[in-house]
Amino acid sequence: MNIHALQQIVHQTRDARRKQTFPRLSPGDRDQLIHKYHPDYRASAYRPLRFGPNEGEKTVVELATLLEGDSPIDHRIDLIPHHQADVLVIGGGGAGCAAALHAQEAGAKVILATKLRLGDSNSVMAQGGMQVSVAPEDSPVTHFLDTLKGGHMENDHHLLKVMVEEGPSIAKWLIDLGVLFDRQADGNLHVKKGGGSSKPRLLTCSDYTGLEIMRVLKDEVINRKIQLLEFCAAVELLGDGDGTCTGAVLKDLDNQQYVVVAAKSVIVATGGIGRLHIQGFPTSNHYGATGDGLCLCYRIGAKLSHIDTFQYHPSGAVYPEQLVGALVTEGIRSEGGHLVNAKGERFVNELDTRDVVSSSIIRECEEGRGIRTMSGRVGVWLDTPLLDMEHGPGTVEKHFPAMVRQFERFGIDISKEPVLIYPTLHYQNGGVKIDTNSETEVNNLFVAGEASGGLHGRNRLMGNSLLDLMVFGKRAGLTAAARAGSMKQGKLTLKHLERFRAEAKKHGDLSGVVSPMILPAYTRKVG
Amino acid sequence: MTQNDDNLIDQPEVLKPRMVTIEISGKQYTVPEGITVIKAMWYAGQEVVRGVGCLGGFCGACATYYRTKDDPKVKTCLACQTAVQDGMSFTMMPPFPARKAIYDIRTLQDPKQDLFNLYPEAPLCRNCNACTEACPQKIDVREGVWKAVFGDFQSVSDMFMDCVMCGMCTPVCIADIAPNLVALYVSRAQGAHFTEKPAGLETRIKEIKEGRFDDEWNRILSMNGQELTELCAKVK
Ligand SMILES: Cc1cc2nc3c(=O)[nH]c(=O)nc-3n(C[C@H](O)[C@H](O)[C@H](O)COP(=O)(O)OP(=O)(O)OC[C@H]3O[C@@H](n4cnc5c(N)ncnc54)[C@H](O)[C@@H]3O)c2cc1C
Ligand code: SF4
Ligand code: SF4
Ligand code: FES
Repeated sequence: MNIHALQQIVHQTRDARRKQTFPRLSPGDRDQLIHKYHPDYRASAYRPLRFGPNEGEKTVVELATLLEGDSPIDHRIDLIPHHQADVLVIGGGGAGCAAALHAQEAGAKVILATKLRLGDSNSVMAQGGMQVSVAPEDSPVTHFLDTLKGGHMENDHHLLKVMVEEGPSIAKWLIDLGVLFDRQADGNLHVKKGGGSSKPRLLTCSDYTGLEIMRVLKDEVINRKIQLLEFCAAVELLGDGDGTCTGAVLKDLDNQQYVVVAAKSVIVATGGIGRLHIQGFPTSNHYGATGDGLCLCYRIGAKLSHIDTFQYHPSGAVYPEQLVGALVTEGIRSEGGHLVNAKGERFVNELDTRDVVSSSIIRECEEGRGIRTMSGRVGVWLDTPLLDMEHGPGTVEKHFPAMVRQFERFGIDISKEPVLIYPTLHYQNGGVKIDTNSETEVNNLFVAGEASGGLHGRNRLMGNSLLDLMVFGKRAGLTAAARAGSMKQGKLTLKHLERFRAEAKKHGDLSGVVSPMILPAYTRKVG
Repeated sequence: MTQNDDNLIDQPEVLKPRMVTIEISGKQYTVPEGITVIKAMWYAGQEVVRGVGCLGGFCGACATYYRTKDDPKVKTCLACQTAVQDGMSFTMMPPFPARKAIYDIRTLQDPKQDLFNLYPEAPLCRNCNACTEACPQKIDVREGVWKAVFGDFQSVSDMFMDCVMCGMCTPVCIADIAPNLVALYVSRAQGAHFTEKPAGLETRIKEIKEGRFDDEWNRILSMNGQELTELCAKVK
């Protein structure tokens, strides 16, 4: 059927739905729903790791293969450094920029190496906002409790307390650098309500929050003359052979040469894993989200945490085909957008946590109440025109310009037509285990941002990631810089790699897979 | 999966993709109609490293020039957000060596005057409008440059919130202005110098520093798992 004909049911049922309220699920019902439908509970997608710091623990097959994968580097090569730094930051997203800026400001010599251009990252795409408890009726404690509840009570309390308490001063730092957060008429920060949060707490820059923050941070990195190595992907860390990280080997993607960097501390800020397309899911992530940092840290001996749980964002675009996987911001639901099945019914409280909402969409589709596209995809409606009706004409256009533009390019006016959505692979809930200074179990190896784990428990709350990046990027940067003065550069060896290879060999033949992946293999083999 | 066929969107072009002929950097390829420009490059067997970033229309890495069949007009687009059509011809834009001014935004004394020291070319705009026509985000770039020069920093920061820094407005400028970099400076100055500091934020920072929440923290952090779960369940 024509898409417009199918959309009619959304228009026809809108008035009736507006009168309805949909309660949040009780904890018991929630668990039941998630266990039945959430991809995290699909046992066949998982396998235990055979060796390494997390031996015996389960993760998805796609990641397990890479974690156990082999390095592209020969461990006997000469390690003569091309560059030397107090702090080497790997990754040019939000966490990497925050780390580099703070380390530099504290007096360290910083090198920032990144796989694509500075800022090409997941951070630049964040639309929904950043959670900071600034409203008078809100508090860091409430922020803590909301996050804990969203994370299924598995969040690391120490990390979480640090994040919520440092949120307000991070917001101030960004404002002083010129980030233009939306304001109320009285000049105070405007706060929006996000899924799973009990109080409005999202700071936004219309629906360009990540872009605005990244434009400013990138500009600042350049203004401070921090040494940049763009199109340089880290492929192996270096250690002294005794549990301390001392640098990294990068691969220059322009000329395929290896670049050795000696550093007193290394901060890994390589972001997420969406481009592994776990369980075949499309993804909202950037081109370089291939979990490289996890592989590097795992090989040198850092333990990972919560690597069995991933976030499938409830609203990834399903139609048009060109936008498949692209994020439809949660902001639409925050502002009252309904989720509607093929029968014109709502089926979940749209502001419940992401795992609950995603599970319920999967349920609707598996039970035959989804809408299918000819390319074999299935989804449910997100009633975007409802926003203009609730809050006045022009609301969608005004609050979601990025999304309007995205769909407009394909002839879809989202203020008049609902959009078709299905969960998309969005975020890695876990990552490398860190302490409150962002340091891993390997000395002088720090991990900040999406690549780290523990803070978000089993499910990250909307808007907490941007805050995580800024807070732990800062802590990693400051701690690493503070150490540099009283420290000598350690030896550069690949002993850990030799040990890792020996271990791999004991567990039977190597899979032949080389990691990190660096970029997904999308190029069609022609001929 | 039980599915009612009534709920099926017709998309014949997807089911049986029509193949179309396009030109990538002057070379012909046959690719399925309607896929994005970037996907067309992958389909044609090309490795793309420079030229892809977010794949979501936000980073500006994929700035591309294209022309459609029989139309002399060369247009601009973001390759990750544009579908290919028959007869289309495109080339990715190489990085352009525009000059970015270096400044410390926090210590500027007179940001509106400083604009002319940092970007002395900004007032030399000759009104050709090429920048506006080049912008894939449909920003009125020319107007923005004039507003910057006239000191209307507020309007510039509003207008350029959509700017993905693709840089397509710079190579076309006959006055050697990099409008996006001018706008970035202006927007940052607007945020750092001409926007009221939010009083509520300062209050909250002070409250945290002075330990206003310490009792609550102590109570919560001494709870056992069960108590904490019950408390969380009550937060509404
Ligand atoms: C579409 C989208 C919308 C989102 N919306 C929000 C939101 O509204 N609010 C919120 O809080 N969170 C949001 N998130 C989540 C949040 O944006 C990310 O979790 C966060 O930006 C990750 O930041 P990061 O710095 O850790 O990683 P990234 O920003 O992804 O940066 C990682 C960087 O490391 C580089 N890199 C990767 N591997 C290597 C390597 N081997 N060597 C060198 N460099 C490497 C990458 O190229 C990239 O530059 C969103 C995410 C997406 C994808
Ligand atoms: S203003 Fe310039 S850099 Fe910004 S989006 Fe438009 S063309 Fe690209
Ligand atoms: S391209 Fe340059 S000269 Fe022409 S209108 Fe834009 S800023 Fe002015
Ligand atoms: S790849 Fe980022 S805008 Fe196209």
